[in-house]
Amino acid sequence: MGTVTVAGGYLESLLQGQPRPPSSPLAWFNQLRADAVERASALKVPTTRDEEWRFTDISPLLGLSFQPVSAGSALDAADVGRFHLKEAAIRLVFVDGVYAPALSRRPEKVGTGPVVANLSEAVVAHATMVKPHLARHARFQDDVFTAVNTAFMHDGALVFLPRGAAIRSPIHLLFIASQKAAASHPRCLVIAEAGSEAMVIEDYVTLQQEAYVNNAVTEIVLADHARIDHVRIQRDGIEAFHLGRCAVSLARESRYRSVAIALGARISRYNLDTLLAAEGAECTLDGLALITGRQLADTHTCIDHAMPHGTSRQSHKCIVDDTAHAVFNGKIMVRTGAQHTDSSQSSRNLLLGARARVDTKPQLEIFADDVKCAHGATVGQLDSEEVFYLKSRGLTETAARNLLTYAFGAEIIDRIPVASLKHRLERTVLDHTQRS
Amino acid sequence: MIRADSDIVLEVHGLRATVNDIEILKGIDLTVRRGEIHAIMGTNGSGKSTLAKVLAGHEAYRVTGGSVVFEGGNLLDLEPEARARAGVFLAFQYPIEIPGVANSHFLRLAYNTLRAQRGEEELDPLEFEDFVRDKMKLLEMNPDFLDRGVNEGFSGGEKKRNEILQMALLEPRLAILDETDSGLDIDALRIVTQGVNRLANRDNAIILVTHYQRMLNHIVPDYVHVMESGRIVKTGEKSLALELETRGYDWVSGERRAAAGV
Repeated sequence: MGTVTVAGGYLESLLQGQPRPPSSPLAWFNQLRADAVERASALKVPTTRDEEWRFTDISPLLGLSFQPVSAGSALDAADVGRFHLKEAAIRLVFVDGVYAPALSRRPEKVGTGPVVANLSEAVVAHATMVKPHLARHARFQDDVFTAVNTAFMHDGALVFLPRGAAIRSPIHLLFIASQKAAASHPRCLVIAEAGSEAMVIEDYVTLQQEAYVNNAVTEIVLADHARIDHVRIQRDGIEAFHLGRCAVSLARESRYRSVAIALGARISRYNLDTLLAAEGAECTLDGLALITGRQLADTHTCIDHAMPHGTSRQSHKCIVDDTAHAVFNGKIMVRTGAQHTDSSQSSRNLLLGARARVDTKPQLEIFADDVKCAHGATVGQLDSEEVFYLKSRGLTETAARNLLTYAFGAEIIDRIPVASLKHRLERTVLDHTQRS
Repeated sequence: MIRADSDIVLEVHGLRATVNDIEILKGIDLTVRRGEIHAIMGTNGSGKSTLAKVLAGHEAYRVTGGSVVFEGGNLLDLEPEARARAGVFLAFQYPIEIPGVANSHFLRLAYNTLRAQRGEEELDPLEFEDFVRDKMKLLEMNPDFLDRGVNEGFSGGEKKRNEILQMALLEPRLAILDETDSGLDIDALRIVTQGVNRLANRDNAIILVTHYQRMLNHIVPDYVHVMESGRIVKTGEKSLALELETRGYDWVSGERRAAAGV
C-alpha cells in the first residue's frame, strides 16, 4: 500500500513538477507524448518484487525532488573541452538534457545526405522517415521509465543515414549533467538505411557530484546490410541515477556492434534489447561494469533471434569492489524457425571487496532445434597463480592485483574502436584500480 | 664453472615443505656458489618443481623445517617480490597468460621495479623499447611480441623465450629454470639454451630443474643432483645425467635400495 502511494506520488511529481516540453507542430508527435503520459500514470515504479528488478532497489530515487532544468546552457566551450574526442568531427552536446548548439559541431546538411541533428527540430523536416520508427522499437507500454522519457521527448539526437551512406567520423553524442536534482530525458533515434555505416558514441558525463537523474532512451534501426557501431559510456556522477534503454532492430545481413561501459552513478540500469528481425543478422554486445563504494550497476540485455542464420556474440564483465553490487541478466531468445542461429554469451565477474556482490543470470530460451548456443558465467577473485607470477617479477601484491584487475577490464575496453576514448578509459581503470 | 674460492649464493639446509599438509620436500641440502650451474633431475613427483617454487616463495607451499640462506640473508623471511628484487628469478614451467596487459608494459613494469630497487631512474616507454629490443635479439624474438598480451596465445616455445627474456632484463643472482625445456622443439631449445648460456657468468648461478638430459647437451652443468621422494639422493658431475639417460631413474632407486640392504 505504502509503496503504491509513494510511487504514484513520485511519478506525479516527475510528470507534473517538470515543465512540459513545448508542443510540436506535428500532431502525431504530441499524441505519442500524450499516450506516454497516460501510460506512465498507469504504470508503477518497479520494486524488488518485480522479477525484472529483483536485485535492483531503486527506491532511493523516490526520495529525490526534481528541479526544473533552466533552459539554455550557461556552459561554454572551456567547460566541456575535456570531454571532446579528437577523432569525432561530429558532436552533439546536450546539457541537462537540453540541446546546446553552441557547444555542438554538426556537418552541413547537403542535399539528400546524412542527417545528424537535434531530434526536436529535425523531426519536423524529416517526419516521414522518423514517424515509422520513433517509439516503435523502444515501446513504452510496459516500461515506466521509457514511458516517462517518451512523455518528455524533446531534445536528443536524430541520426539518419540514407542508402549506402557511410559517415567516417564517429558521431559523438555528449550528455553533460551540470545541475543538481535535474531530470534529463534524452531521446535518440538512429535510422540506418540499406548498406549504410556509422559509429555512434553515447557519452554520459558530469560536472557535478550531487544527485540527478538521466533517463535516456535510444532506438537504432538497421536496414539490410547496414552496419552500426555503438559505444555507450556511462560515467555519471557518483550520486546520480542512470536509467538507460536501447532498442535495436536488425534487418537482413545487417551488423550491430555495441560496447557499453558503466563506471558512474549510484544506481544505474541499462536495458539493451536487440531484435534480429531478418535472416543473417549479426550482433556483438560487449559490456563492462566497473564499480566501487556503494554503487549498483544493473545490465539487462535481450538478444532475440527471430529469424534463421543469425549470429550473436556477447561478453559481459563486472569488476566489483567495496560493497558495490553488479547485476547482469542476459536473455537469449531463439524463436521457432530461427534455425542455424549461432550464439555465444559469456559473463565473467571479478569480486574485489569481501562485501562486493554480483548477481548474474544467463537466460536461454531456445525454441528451434538446429542451433549453436554456448554460454557461461564465472564469478571469482583474482587468480592466485597470476598474482604469484607478477610478484615473482618484483611487483608488490597491490601492484600485481591492480595490474590484473586492469587487464580484466581492458579486454572489453580494447574493443572500443576510438583510440583516444580507449586510452582515456584505460587510464580511468588504472586510476580506479590504484585507488583501491 | 666451479671455483673453490667463489662466494656461496644459496645454502639450503634440511629444507622441508608441505602442500595441503602433505610433505613434498623431506630435507633438502644444497649449496650453490657463484658461477655454478646445477641441474636438478628426477621423476615426476620427486619434488624438484616444488623446490623451485618454494625458493621463489609460492604461497601454496608451507616450509616446515630447515633453512635457506641467500647471499647471507634468510630467504624464507622474504615475500616473493622481495626475493625477486634481491635477485632470485624463477622461469616458470607454465608461464601465465595475461590478456589485456601488453607484454611491453609488463616487462617495463618488472624492469623499472628492479631499477627503483637499485636506486636507478626508471626508463620511459621509448627508452625501454630500445633496451628490450636489444635483449630480444639474444632470443631471436620478433618485436611483435612486445605488443601482444603477456604470453597471450604464445606457443610453448614463445612463452619460454619470454621467460628467458625476463631473466635477461632482471639479471638475477640466482636463476631457477623450472622445466624450461618442456614443450620446446629442437630449434627453440637451441635458441633458449643459447640465451641462457650467454646470460650465465661468473657472478650469477643457475639451477636447472629438468626431467630429461637433452637440455644438458646445450647447457653444461657443473653438478647434477637426482631427487627422489623429496630428497636429493645422488649428486655427481655432468656425466651422471648421461648415465641417467641410459639407465633410467630406476637405476638410482635400485642402487639406493641395494645400499640400504632392502
